[in-house]
Amino acid sequence: MRRTIRFRLNGEAVEAQVAPHETLVEVLQDAFGLFGARESCGQGLCGCCTAVVNGRAVSGCLYLATFAEGGEVSTIENGSRLDAVQEAFIECAGLQCGFCTPGFVLMTRQLLEEHPEPDDDTIRHYLSGNLCRCAAYPQIIEAVKLAARKMRQT
Amino acid sequence: MKRALSPAETPQVGRSLPRLESWLKVTGRAEYVHNLRLPGMLYGRIFRSSVAHGRIRRLDVSAAQAVGGVHRVVSAADLTEIVPDPYYGPAFHDQPVLAVDKVRYVGEPVAVVLAADPHVAEEAAHLIVAEYEELPAVYDELEAMTSKAIVHDALKPAGTFPDLKHLKGRIGTNVALDFHLRRGDAAQALAAADRVFEHRFRTQQVMHTPLEPLVSVAESTDSSLTIHTASQSPSFVRIEVARLLGWPENRIRVRVPFLGGGFGAKLYIKLEALVAVLSLLTRRAVKISLTMEEQFFTITKHASSFRIKSGVTRDGRISARECEVWWNGGAYADIGPRVTQKSGFTAAGPYDIEHVAIDSYALYTNLPPAGALRGFGIPQLVWAYECHTDMMARELGIDPIEFRRRNLLRDGRPQATGTVMRDAAIEKVLDRLAVLLEWNRPFDRGTGVLRRGRGIAIGFKACVSPTTSLAAVNVNGDGSCIVYCSTVDMGQGSDTAMAQIAGEVLNLPAESVRVVHSDTDVTPYDMATLGSRSLFHMGNAVKLAAEDALKKLNQLKSELQMPPDTAIPEIFKKKYGMQAGNVVGTGSFIPSYAPPDYATGLTSDATPFWMVGGSGVEIEVDTETGRVRVARLVNVADVGTPINPKIVETQLSGAAIMQLGFTLFEKMLFDDQGQLRNASLAEYRIPGFLDVPEEIINEAVSAEQRSGPFGAKGVGETGTFGVSPAIANALDDAVGVRLTSLPLNPEAVYQALAK
Repeated sequence: MRRTIRFRLNGEAVEAQVAPHETLVEVLQDAFGLFGARESCGQGLCGCCTAVVNGRAVSGCLYLATFAEGGEVSTIENGSRLDAVQEAFIECAGLQCGFCTPGFVLMTRQLLEEHPEPDDDTIRHYLSGNLCRCAAYPQIIEAVKLAARKMRQT
Repeated sequence: MKRALSPAETPQVGRSLPRLESWLKVTGRAEYVHNLRLPGMLYGRIFRSSVAHGRIRRLDVSAAQAVGGVHRVVSAADLTEIVPDPYYGPAFHDQPVLAVDKVRYVGEPVAVVLAADPHVAEEAAHLIVAEYEELPAVYDELEAMTSKAIVHDALKPAGTFPDLKHLKGRIGTNVALDFHLRRGDAAQALAAADRVFEHRFRTQQVMHTPLEPLVSVAESTDSSLTIHTASQSPSFVRIEVARLLGWPENRIRVRVPFLGGGFGAKLYIKLEALVAVLSLLTRRAVKISLTMEEQFFTITKHASSFRIKSGVTRDGRISARECEVWWNGGAYADIGPRVTQKSGFTAAGPYDIEHVAIDSYALYTNLPPAGALRGFGIPQLVWAYECHTDMMARELGIDPIEFRRRNLLRDGRPQATGTVMRDAAIEKVLDRLAVLLEWNRPFDRGTGVLRRGRGIAIGFKACVSPTTSLAAVNVNGDGSCIVYCSTVDMGQGSDTAMAQIAGEVLNLPAESVRVVHSDTDVTPYDMATLGSRSLFHMGNAVKLAAEDALKKLNQLKSELQMPPDTAIPEIFKKKYGMQAGNVVGTGSFIPSYAPPDYATGLTSDATPFWMVGGSGVEIEVDTETGRVRVARLVNVADVGTPINPKIVETQLSGAAIMQLGFTLFEKMLFDDQGQLRNASLAEYRIPGFLDVPEEIINEAVSAEQRSGPFGAKGVGETGTFGVSPAIANALDDAVGVRLTSLPLNPEAVYQALAK
C-alpha cells in the first residue's frame, strides 16, 4: 500500500512513505514533525491546514500527500527569521489563540504577491477562505496593510 | 538572557505589549495537545448513538473488532473494572464516560475503537451495530417542564454545591435546578403600575466551534496517570478523574499547553475521563481528537426561552419586573445549573427596579449538552431584557437611551439580589455609547429597497463566585522570574497579563517573565479559566505571590546588610557564595461571598465584581431579501483599568464579532427526531471576513475596579452582551418589524417583513 514519494520540503530534498489516502497535513505532522499546518474543519473551509505546493496555497487536509511527489512544498516553518507578514501580525495583534495564524500568514504572503497594495475589500475577499474563531479579523486587516507597507519599504 | 537581569524602565501595567507567545504562533511552533504523539500511542474513535432517547438492547462490536489493526473495542461494560460508578459532571454526576444501558441524545458516545492507525479506528467504528428500544424524547425547554418523557430517572447532584443538595434523588422531573429570586412584591407592583408590558423571547442552540477541536491524551502506569488535554480547567480535571478512579490527587497529573480557542467548550470533563480509563485498560497511551463534526455532539450553548413582564410608572420609571427563564440544558447538566442561578439572578437587567421576581429553570432535554459559551448565559438574558426595554421605550414614546438612563442601576444602589453595586460604570458605558453613535444627530433611515436603522443595548454580569486561585512566583539566582499558575492561555492573552502583573511588582520587563503552563504536578490550584474570572482572581493571586517574593528578597537584603538598591543576583551570590538558590513567593486569592438565601435568592455579597458591556449598531436592511448588514458596530465596556489595552481591545472586538454570528446566522438545526442536520462548517457558518462590519469601534471607559489587580477586571465575555438586542432594536428602527427569536437571518427578517 505504502510507497515512497520524493519532494522538496522547505528547500530540502526529502522522501516519505505514504499511503494513498494520507493527506499532506498527516504526512507533514507524522513524517516530518511539522505541526504548523493543522486540520480543523476537515473540509478545506477554514484554512488552518494551509501549505504551499509549487507556489500555490492548498488545503492540506484535502490535498493527498502523494500529489506532492516531485514538487516543492513549503510550510509556515520555512525560513529562519520573521518576514514582514509575521512581524505585522505580531505588531497589529492579528492573532489570539494562534491555531489559524499559520494559514493566515501563508495566504497573506500570496495575497501580497498578487496585490502589493491591497485595499480593505481585496483583503476581505482574498482571505475569506480563512476562518478565525477568535475573530481577530479587524486586526488582521491592519496587519496585512502594515505588511504591505513594510514590503514596499524594503 | 541579558534582558532578565535589567530592571524595567517603565511601568509594566498599562503596556500594549504584543502577546508573549506571538513568535511561536506566527511560526507555527506553539504547542497544542493536537501536536502530541507518544510512543505506542493508540487513537480512539467514538461510536455514537443514532437515537435521541433509548435503551441499548444490543451492541455488536464483533465486525469492528475483526478489522485488521484494531487493538480493542471498548464499551461501558468494559469500564467498570476501572471505574465502578462512571458518572461525572461539575454540578451533577449524571454523565457516563460511555453510555450505560441508555442513550439520551443523538451523538452520545456509546463505544470506542482503539487502533494505532486513526484511519483503521474510524473505519472499524462504522462497523459497530447498536439496537435501541426507543423511548419518548423531549427537545423543547418549555415542553420539558411538563413532558412525560423524562431524561434522567433520578437527579444526581454532585456533593460540591450545598445549594444543590435538596435535589438529590428527585424523580419524575426534567428540572435539574430551579432558582428563585424575590425582591419586594412584583405581583402587587405590577397590578399598581400605570402601564404593563409583557414579551417572550427565544435564543437558539449554537456551538463554540473552537478551531482546535477537543483533544485529550492519557498515558499511565499502574500507579500514575498523566493527561495532556486541551482543557480550560486542569485542576477540576484532576479532582474529578481522581474521584472517578478513587485515587489520591497526587497520582494524577494534568498538563495543558496552549489552547486553539476555548470559549467555554473545553471546561470540566470532556474527553479526559474517557482517555484516562482507556489508557488504564490498555496500558498504552491513548489519544482522542474530535473532528469538527463531533464537537457539535459534545457541548453547546443553551437555547432559552424568556418571559419578561414590566410595570412602568407614568413618568417612565420601571417599578416592577417579573422574569421567567427556561434553559435548554440538553441531556447532561454540565454547568447548566450554575448558569441558571449565577446568571439567572441578573435577569432583570442593569436597572434600578424596586420589585423583582425571577424564576430560572435548568432543564434536561434529549439534545446535545449545553454549558458555558462566552457569557455564561448572560447574552441570552440581555437579548430578552434589552429588546423588551426598547419595545417599552418605543411604546411609551421615550427615546431608548433616555428611557434606560431614567432607570439605570447606579453605584451605591442595590441590585435585585440586594448586593450593593460597586465599581460598575453602567452609566458611563451608556453615555459613551450615545456619544460614539452620535445619537443626537439626525439619522437617515433611507427610502428605497435599502433601509437603515440604529439600536443600542447594554448588559451586565456578576462574576461567578466564590472561586479560588493560587499562584507562585519564583525568583531565580540570576534575578529572572517564573510564574506558576493554572490559568490556561486559550488566546485571551493571560500569559502576557500575568507576566505584566508579576513584572510590575518585581520591576522586571514582562518579556523577561516566564509563565509556566498548567501542569497540576507543578502549578497550584485554580478553579478554572472561565467567566472572565482569571485576570481578577489569578491576577490578584499572582500579584500577591510576587509581593510575597519581593518581601522575602527584601528580608534577605536586610539580613545580609545589603543596601536597598542591590541587584537581585548580588543577594543570592552573597547568601550562597555563588549564583544559586531561589526565592518563592506564594499567593492565594478568594474573594468574599455570601450565599443567596434559598427561598428569596437575596444576598449582600453576590459577586466580587460586575462586568458592564454595551453595543450600538447602524445597520442596513435589504427589504427584498431580508438581509441585515451591520455597517457600524460600537462596543463600550467597563473593564476596570486595562493591564494591556491592546489585548483588551481585541477581546472586546473578537467577542462582539463572535456574538454577531450568534445573532445573524448561527443555529444548530435539529429535525423532529433530535438529529442534528448541520454539524459541519460547510452547513453551520461562523463569521468570516465578509461578515465583519466595515467599521468597528471598541472602547474601555475610564474606570477602576478597586479590588482588582492594579484596578483591572475581566473582559473576555463583555463584548458579547449587547450585540444581539442592539441589532434587533436597529431592525425595528429600520423597518418596523420586531423579531423575538434568534438568529435574525434573512429568512426570518423577510418573513416578518412580508406579514
